[in-house]
Amino acid sequence: MSTTAVVPATLAPPPQGAAAPTRHLPFWLGAAALGVALFVALRLIGNEYGYYVGYFILQYVVLSSAWNILGGYAGYVNFGAAGFMATGAYTAIVLRKATGLDLLPGIVAAAAVAGLLGLATGYLTLRLRGVYFSIATLCLAVVLHTLVVNWDYVGGSRGAYIVRPREVPPFVSYGEYLFVVMLALAILTVGIARAVQHSRIGRGLQALRDNERAAEAVGVPTLRLKLVAATLCGALMGVAGAPLPYYSGYLNPEAAFGLAYAVNAIAMPLIGGVGTWAGPVIGAVVLGGLQQAATVTISSALNLWIVGWMLVIFVALAPRGILGWFQGRR
Amino acid sequence: MSEGTEAAPVLLRADGVGKRFGGFVALQGIDITLRAGERLGLIGPNGSGKSTFVNCVSGDFAQHDGTVALAGQALNGLKPHRRARLGLARTFQLPQPFASMSVLENVRVPLLFSGGAAAATARAMGCLEQVEMAGKAGKLPRELTQVEQRRLELARAIAMDPRLLIADEAMAGLSHAEVDQILTLLRRLNAAGTAVIMIEHIMRAVTEFSERLVVFVAGRKIADGPPREVLALPEVEDAYLGRQ
Repeated sequence: MSTTAVVPATLAPPPQGAAAPTRHLPFWLGAAALGVALFVALRLIGNEYGYYVGYFILQYVVLSSAWNILGGYAGYVNFGAAGFMATGAYTAIVLRKATGLDLLPGIVAAAAVAGLLGLATGYLTLRLRGVYFSIATLCLAVVLHTLVVNWDYVGGSRGAYIVRPREVPPFVSYGEYLFVVMLALAILTVGIARAVQHSRIGRGLQALRDNERAAEAVGVPTLRLKLVAATLCGALMGVAGAPLPYYSGYLNPEAAFGLAYAVNAIAMPLIGGVGTWAGPVIGAVVLGGLQQAATVTISSALNLWIVGWMLVIFVALAPRGILGWFQGRR
Repeated sequence: MSEGTEAAPVLLRADGVGKRFGGFVALQGIDITLRAGERLGLIGPNGSGKSTFVNCVSGDFAQHDGTVALAGQALNGLKPHRRARLGLARTFQLPQPFASMSVLENVRVPLLFSGGAAAATARAMGCLEQVEMAGKAGKLPRELTQVEQRRLELARAIAMDPRLLIADEAMAGLSHAEVDQILTLLRRLNAAGTAVIMIEHIMRAVTEFSERLVVFVAGRKIADGPPREVLALPEVEDAYLGRQ
């Protein structure tokens, strides 16, 4: 009897060959240089909309990279991304309301709360496999949404306001500040995702994604690794959500638990290529960029329509995503 | 049992192991003792409980009755990966490689999780050389033949430096020559000190390899002893081999 974890063909990453030593310093230096270049370019353009677009795409870089740790590396498809993101957003609101603390402590708190939620959810659900696990995570998002709607302290269904500071020196605007914060979070998240992929944990997650029973049989502590992945995934998705109320100045449950987050968190790694740290980054830039282009030129109502078509196209023509398609051609 | 293993300490002790699936009794009162370095053949008709017993020992199934101990340590309640780290390796009826990893990476995985992460690549190559698969290190499992996939499973088991290897139909579907190749590898592993439980339907392989034979029928152990004596028992002929 085989108990191999069922991974949809579109989630099967391209095969990986023999291990090569991973060099971290060039990655961090390259990421920092790219970050500085982006910052300088947007400062030179000097348009507030540029920061808005940058924030929008980078938020999805964080969200999809976080999702990929459990969904891509381990093959456990999480439909509850919006729930974790909203947990981060509402943690920042609660912290602000209760203590007056600003965004940066809010991000730390969001990571802690969403990470604990990821751990608890993982403990309760990671014995489930395939579609059963996915349904459980979807239920989690619904339960959290219901809780927030009925929680007056955070505004319930009316939503909550956060008054943004007028000035955040040395930044020229709050938009620029938020962009820089999200840029730093994106670099950090991608760096963590990359380090996990190339670590012993990453290799264990890959083994259990391929064949959980065989992984256990050769000494891989599958449940422990899945819990590590679920905690990390939850914490980073919470981090992606923490700046959300500061970004818009107002947050209600419909916005925080938006379907777009749940769909994009899955679609972006899928389109970029799951199982590798670079796939979600590519997917977020491509899909996020397209959605922004559609918002400006036609309507934001087209965003999910675009995601749907992109998914259909990629599932049919490049089921291993952009990265897998290029690797297959080599 | 050879003179060498007669005096060896007990490695695996299964006492009264029983397993049910709903109302179906798959195993009942199984007592098996295996000494360090011993070669045991486990045979029986399909559905007799051989694989269920293996799964109870490896931790894939939790038995309902009885105890299993490896080198004096009780295994009851331990997850498969904990049992693996105690020195229990197994292969599967159908090879179960890590499909997205190269052959070398497949063998590195157990090394990474057994405290042997340092020089894991070199050690994995050593394991592949032992099963004559070093030349296939960069291949993917799907590019391997059936016998090569079996060799890969053995290399992965060797990487665990096991005290006990359970080979669950490791020769199923192989040709005569390929069966001999796997037998040679198992003998080599056994000569290095690893006890082996071989579950097999290929009688030639079992009788050539095993020092002792255990026969299961309908979830019960009906015979345990030297292969020739066991195979000559009327109840074994009746239940498994069929009377001429």
